[in-house]
Amino acid sequence: MERKEKILEVKDLVVKFRLRGEILTAIRKASLDVYKGESLAIVGESGSGKSVFTKSFMGLLDKNGFIDGGKIKYMEKDLSTYKKEKDWIKIRGKEIAMVFQEPMTSLNPLKTVGKQIKETIELHRDIRGKSSKEEAIKILEDVGISKASMRYDSYPHEFSGGMRQRVVIAIAIACNPKILICDEPTTALDVTIQAQILNLLKRLKKKYNLTTIYITHDLGVVANVADRVAVMYAGDIVEIGKAEEVFYNPKHPYTWALLSSLPQLGKKGEALYSIEGTPPNLFEEIKGDAFAPRNPRALNIDFVKKPPYFSISPTHKAKTWLLDPKAPLVEPPEGIKNLNKYFGGKRDE
Amino acid sequence: MNRNPILEVKDLEVEFGKGKNRFKAVDGVSFNIYKGETFGLVGESGSGKTTIGRAIIRLNEVSNGEIIFEGEDISGKLSREKERNVKKNIQMIFQDPMASLNERAKVDYIISEGLLNLNKKKSKKEINKEVHNALLNVGLLPEFASRFPHEFSGGQRQRIGIARSLIMEPKFIIADEPISALDVSIRAQVLNLLLELQKRKKLTYLFIAHDLSVVKFITDRVAVIYKGKIVEMAPTEKLFKNPLHPYTISLISAIPLPDPIREKNKRLKIYDSKIHNYIENPPKWIEIEPEHFVLANEMEITKYRKRLK
Repeated sequence: MERKEKILEVKDLVVKFRLRGEILTAIRKASLDVYKGESLAIVGESGSGKSVFTKSFMGLLDKNGFIDGGKIKYMEKDLSTYKKEKDWIKIRGKEIAMVFQEPMTSLNPLKTVGKQIKETIELHRDIRGKSSKEEAIKILEDVGISKASMRYDSYPHEFSGGMRQRVVIAIAIACNPKILICDEPTTALDVTIQAQILNLLKRLKKKYNLTTIYITHDLGVVANVADRVAVMYAGDIVEIGKAEEVFYNPKHPYTWALLSSLPQLGKKGEALYSIEGTPPNLFEEIKGDAFAPRNPRALNIDFVKKPPYFSISPTHKAKTWLLDPKAPLVEPPEGIKNLNKYFGGKRDE
Repeated sequence: MNRNPILEVKDLEVEFGKGKNRFKAVDGVSFNIYKGETFGLVGESGSGKTTIGRAIIRLNEVSNGEIIFEGEDISGKLSREKERNVKKNIQMIFQDPMASLNERAKVDYIISEGLLNLNKKKSKKEINKEVHNALLNVGLLPEFASRFPHEFSGGQRQRIGIARSLIMEPKFIIADEPISALDVSIRAQVLNLLLELQKRKKLTYLFIAHDLSVVKFITDRVAVIYKGKIVEMAPTEKLFKNPLHPYTISLISAIPLPDPIREKNKRLKIYDSKIHNYIENPPKWIEIEPEHFVLANEMEITKYRKRLK
């Protein structure tokens, strides 16, 4: 394994929410190392905790949410101890920035796009007036907006969905962050625009030496952008590895289920694989493997004891008892075996 | 081939705006949908695909052309009787299950509303029974009838939306991006439900989407629409095997596939409508191989023919 520098180290993080007098545990002792310059994707269903997890790195948890254990180490600092806005301001935007899902709602409709970018620059960097305007125009050009100096004075409603998402990205990179978190950056967009935005994000990553963390439920997007993939279920990372490892040699039954339910793999005239049941109730304590009740091939031990990580390679590990030497041999579903060959015949010339 | 069209759309035009701002959202679109099939309409936002769906269900006014359902023109003014008939037989499933259900109404009212408007002769008991059946049909519990929409997840809400259209016992359902707002795992459930209902109730679907991967899986034939015009139409397999129009090719190239090596080496094909030389050499709508239609001019037709050989 290449020795890479860790930029962010999350260890046994627990995030809870107070809701109507009850406590909901959204993140259950999740650990994650993020390496400098990599592109990591966190995949999971709605409610798996993937957004909450990354929001906790930026102090963006809702008011009723709190960290109840674990560490978030970023550049010698433990972010999990940060309480005050004053401390977070030094991290948020400047060190870790976020691209949000809905380009329609994450921009201020009453301000020109140029002004919104300029504001961000002036808040975080030591430039003012004319030079910050020039910088804003330069960034608009960087995100692929033509005639940037003219477009500087446009309002968000004058832009299409894809263009607005470019502006949102411009604001995120305006303060030279080290880590860029992209929360479902293309879900609200058309397929063709989606592909363009993903290309843009990859280009900016290179240009600005960014470390990128994608949050998405779309495995196609993951395959396109990620060096490494973390699969999240019920507040914990159940499998993590290089993209090739997770797609071509998935080990956790939940990863199998996610891959199997893709319409891209569906056969005409046959029902598509779908995951039975619903995610667990996070108000209650989860016993054993959280996915066991929905896993038709769960082992007895899955309902009793939480599995630890088992290593498949130095870069690939999964939390499932199936990897225990004593476990019976359970093969992944036919449909997702050899994904590398599945589309192989149709590779781009 | 001996197939009966349930719906024929002929030279459909839909215009919006007034005076100088008037523009054609749908510009001379024609297609047939046959009984029992799933017909896909694919294009990006603003292409006019939803407008076509809304024109069929009489939510958008038709400026020109005809929409023929079971042999009768249903565009323009209709008698009350006919209008009712159309509303019963053609139903729509909407994209956003969060926005398309009345937040203040209970599920039984939401599902039975169409029925109440259509036929006042049905007794309360009969209606309750039909709601009960509609819920079971979409895999929900009959007890849910007395709950409010906010008590349900996105997938369950979409099922309520489907139950609401099923209760009318329609022949034809327009599904407008029915799964775009849903999670991957829920998408599979809703797609399976649509397929199962089609088999059981012999339904015909018009499936509107921007995501070709879903269209490939669920439709029998597809029309690709770009800026209000259909540019290519073919049986689904043929379209994916031999896409001809550059816009279709760009759409297919944009489908993200769960294969990291392939995805990372992918070259995007971006469509630019300026590549056509249509001012000097205008395009025609031709059948280039059996059942495969494309919008192309003479030069392009020669090129496409060569490619098909």
